[in-house]
Amino acid sequence: MTGTMKWSKRLTIFLFLLPSCAGLLVFSIIPIFYSFVISLTDWNGLNAWDAAAGVPAFRGMGNYAEILSGAEFWRVLRNTFYYIVLYIPLILIFSIAAAVLLNNAFRGMGVYRVLFFIPVLTSWVAGSLIWKWLLSAEYGPVNELLSFVGIQGPAWLQDPTWAMPGIVMASIWKDMGFFSLIMLGGLQGINPNYYEAAQIDGASFWRRFTAITLPLLSPVLFFVMIICVINSFQLFPQVMIMTTDAGPFGATQAMVERIYKYAFKYYKMGYASSFSWILFVIIFVFTVVQFRLQKKWVHYDG
Amino acid sequence: MQKPRILKALSLLAAFALTLVLLAACSGGNNDPEGNGAGTNGAQSAGGDGAKGSGGGAKSGGGAGGKTEQVTVKFANFSGSGDPAPLLEQMRETFEAQNPDVKVEIETIGFGDYFTQMQTRVASGTAPDAYELNYENFVSYAKKGVLLDLQPMFEAAGFDKSVLYEQALDAFQADGVQYGMPASFSNVVLIYNKDLFDQAQTSYPTIEWTWKEMNEAAVSIRALGDDIFGISQGVQFFEFFKAAQQNGGSLLNEDQTAFTINTPENVETLQYMVDRIQKSNVMPTEAQMSGIGDWDLFKAGRLGMILTGVWAFPDFVQNVEFPWDIAVEPGNVQKATHFFSNGLVINKDSKVAEAAYRWIAFMSASKEAAQIRVDGNWELPAVTYPDVLEAYLAITPPDNRQAVFDSLEYLVTPPVIEQFAEMNDTLTLHLAAAAQGAKTPQQALDDAQQELTAKIKLE
Repeated sequence: MTGTMKWSKRLTIFLFLLPSCAGLLVFSIIPIFYSFVISLTDWNGLNAWDAAAGVPAFRGMGNYAEILSGAEFWRVLRNTFYYIVLYIPLILIFSIAAAVLLNNAFRGMGVYRVLFFIPVLTSWVAGSLIWKWLLSAEYGPVNELLSFVGIQGPAWLQDPTWAMPGIVMASIWKDMGFFSLIMLGGLQGINPNYYEAAQIDGASFWRRFTAITLPLLSPVLFFVMIICVINSFQLFPQVMIMTTDAGPFGATQAMVERIYKYAFKYYKMGYASSFSWILFVIIFVFTVVQFRLQKKWVHYDG
Repeated sequence: MQKPRILKALSLLAAFALTLVLLAACSGGNNDPEGNGAGTNGAQSAGGDGAKGSGGGAKSGGGAGGKTEQVTVKFANFSGSGDPAPLLEQMRETFEAQNPDVKVEIETIGFGDYFTQMQTRVASGTAPDAYELNYENFVSYAKKGVLLDLQPMFEAAGFDKSVLYEQALDAFQADGVQYGMPASFSNVVLIYNKDLFDQAQTSYPTIEWTWKEMNEAAVSIRALGDDIFGISQGVQFFEFFKAAQQNGGSLLNEDQTAFTINTPENVETLQYMVDRIQKSNVMPTEAQMSGIGDWDLFKAGRLGMILTGVWAFPDFVQNVEFPWDIAVEPGNVQKATHFFSNGLVINKDSKVAEAAYRWIAFMSASKEAAQIRVDGNWELPAVTYPDVLEAYLAITPPDNRQAVFDSLEYLVTPPVIEQFAEMNDTLTLHLAAAAQGAKTPQQALDDAQQELTAKIKLE
């Protein structure tokens, strides 16, 4: 039987796989390669392709060179790093803290877990509009709270320095539930015997947390890190809605926002496709580097 | 031995069935051109099912012509969404009564999704026969050669151009070719709060006013209170391009081959706009606005003057409790006013172009459609029929509605360039930097000049 499957069985397998493969092929794989071809041209997204008439014109790596040599790309990259530097540490801290809290056996814990998860289910459009109001300089509750402790809050979304932190706050509110749920899963997978043994030895809560919880949670943390970095580079809806047209003179311009504008507003599909391929390469490199680094801190035992 | 074989046969059958379902789903769109048309006819086609229904659209419309006398014109638009939907429907009914051989299939798509959808459909050759475009996108479409030249249609139908405002019609030319007709238009006027003028003991704006008088009035109104402001005018592309002209400047040189963003006239213009925010503070900063719009500020009675379009009228009539009126926008060395217009165009590959032309000409230039617009308070028709305009003028407030038409004498149109939207966003970005005081006007315009020269192709 090895290697020589009956033709009817092969056909059956093929036909069963066909519906989902066709979808993958038509809606993902072909567009991926197609977008690379587009990225080598100056296609405007409107005219039909006509090779004989030279529409669109072939530009080779021209789009890529133009993007990388322009100031805009580097500004957008800087904005993205500003976001990442704030977002990643905060989301990790908040979601671990939430997970540790939710891991207790209080009465009605199910309700609390649901409450933490609700923002994840809220649409970004609704969430962004709420945060736009929360962060309003004069009427917003955030600045109201700050004024109680004597701080004059900034005009969050209108100020080039504070617009991105405002976006980060909204993103943390939105994503915390999702990541703490994943972390909660990780916490519940830790063998309680370790904690018992540590308690008998008289270890403090902090000591137990750093010596048991963190190392044993590290595979989950690693997963969360990877997802967070990818999500950060794909920052989009909150920027589009909270800061119309990417904020105070471009302070919240992000990669996907640029790609969208170039493709559908400026009619430069070739340029936009090149931008997405550059984004892909960046995300790919970051993910590979993270996988390399994981040996240093991720423990796969427990 | 019997059982497995049956199972095998069954699973093979199941796999075939699945595949068939998939194939059927894929080709479903093209199966019934006739039934399709009947199903989505009318104003209800707003939203998802309308969009899907006309997936295989342009072609089936043409095919139907051979079978019966009637042809179907597919028409897509965004400005008929929401309140004006019944008005658009009314236009369709009137048109079909006059043209029994044409059936118009209206598809209304929300503004947010409209241009992404149109782009995809034009590129894939399934664009509707006629559709609406706002000015920014009109330029891009026209320059890319996907629209029909209307001149032959005008000639064949003996169209009298004088029924339309010349500037509004000319706005839909590119490289001297008429690619569109104005559906509606709205110009920008100075709207003011009479109460605040009275309190500040300042006389009301007149057509003689210039920047100087406007500024003085703004200062005395600003003095009325900490949270009362004199004026609001956006620091963005359209306002700047117009104000620059009021000051004798312009964004491009005369033959439109080079940017002239950082000329002394333009720097002076921006300085004037920025000083109102940063120096005299007669106009609120972004922080003082803190996310609420200037219309709301005006409606709350905290703003003396606002430069905005006549599309504010329906809202202000309903929601403003104090007396207000309008005046022609003041200029500096000369007057310049600006208008926004949505155009109607015909797909270059439409098989029913003649019928499509009759429909857009009806919407744009007929007295009936204009009357429906005026009665329904749906922007302003671009027509010159005296009795229709009479009816428009009779509606108050504002008392000085005549200023809407007086403004037309000073109309200026933005430069017609292919990368219009990109130019708009890029310049606005730099203007905003100056408005917030992050850059000096000189520096902001120098940067804008440099970036625009690098990014925007001018023929």
